Amino acid sequence: MHEYSLCIALLGQVERIARDHRARRVARILLRLGPLSGAEAPLLRHAWPLAAAGSLAAGAELVIEAAPVVVRCTRCGAETEAAPNRLLCGACGDWRTRLVSGDELLLAHLELADIEPEVPRACASPSP
Amino acid sequence: MCDTCGCNITDANAHLLRPGGRLHQTGEGREAVTVLRNLLSENDRQAAHNRAHLDRHQVLAVNLMSSPGAGKTALLEATIEALGDTLRIAVIEGDLETENDAERIRARGVEAIQITTGSACHLDAHMVHQALHGLDLSTIDLLFVENVGNLVCPASFDLGQHYNVTLLSVPEGDDKPAKYPVMFRAADLVLLTKADLLPYLPEFQPGRAERCLRDLASAAPCLSLSARTGEGLAAWLDWLRQTRALLVSQQAAGSSRRPAIQPEGQALHAGEGAF
Repeated sequence: MHEYSLCIALLGQVERIARDHRARRVARILLRLGPLSGAEAPLLRHAWPLAAAGSLAAGAELVIEAAPVVVRCTRCGAETEAAPNRLLCGACGDWRTRLVSGDELLLAHLELADIEPEVPRACASPSP
Repeated sequence: MCDTCGCNITDANAHLLRPGGRLHQTGEGREAVTVLRNLLSENDRQAAHNRAHLDRHQVLAVNLMSSPGAGKTALLEATIEALGDTLRIAVIEGDLETENDAERIRARGVEAIQITTGSACHLDAHMVHQALHGLDLSTIDLLFVENVGNLVCPASFDLGQHYNVTLLSVPEGDDKPAKYPVMFRAADLVLLTKADLLPYLPEFQPGRAERCLRDLASAAPCLSLSARTGEGLAAWLDWLRQTRALLVSQQAAGSSRRPAIQPEGQALHAGEGAF
């Protein structure tokens, strides 16, 4: 439901990083998304072109990597996969677990293109 | 050293330029950048700022979340009635439209700031920051944020509150935590509201609601109450008093508190070296 505002936040981060790297274009964006993040991959994919239109990320390929739900049991220590609404230990069945993976909403990786060459700077070290 | 000829590559930073490294150049003059930053980091920064404001004035901020009509405003009315003489209370109201809820709170003699979100389905830290500017925090002990009625989106946005309280009303059904895990996982306390309707809706079993909550690996207490009859209200008021006493002692010692939803979660996922 709030995927468009997430896309606007994503665009802000992507634009800032692209500027820092003097890139004129963003080629690829990799997100890592867990089922417990509260955001849905298909909705993000739909909202993204609207958010990115006219920006330097307009043509970027948006890749969304699904993170599995993994819990670590505070009783037996096992790390097991779980369903988003049943975060029980897969080994001993205890409910006292910690989420290790599954709530990510991360901008993981960017590929920038058309990088402007930096204006050559004078070497800081003195010439021999 | 310059950035063009390669004289700036040293043993210490060469790993950044290798494939997978943060500054690795891929084919066709592309540059790969590893970011690992939460999409909501702008919101989270603002939320931390809000929390610092609240902590400076030793205010306890509680974010109330539920579906529309679960009884958030009725709970606030009953809470003001019971605690209004001993604690200075203020309310930030979030709704898509109308000042109806804020007017109900003001009718009890408590200051209320209404945020109308238009079509936005949740409050975010920036909206709450703006509302905080309309309040004199030095005259407040307890601030409630009544979030937009919605069991989905509000759970994802940190507002700067110290505690999340999620309401589940009896007519909604006892399996809501299983259906909306993101929301109920975010709760520090779950209130089963409209408990006066339990005799008419025997299919709602408080024990089953609590089991669904434990299935989310949540240790949050689960209390039944009715704002209408006052049944169960005492336990909620005790929770508020104890929570406030604990927080104020933490704030006096220069620390604070965030909602229990795994404070280390972000650090787990977002490695260091993020921008």
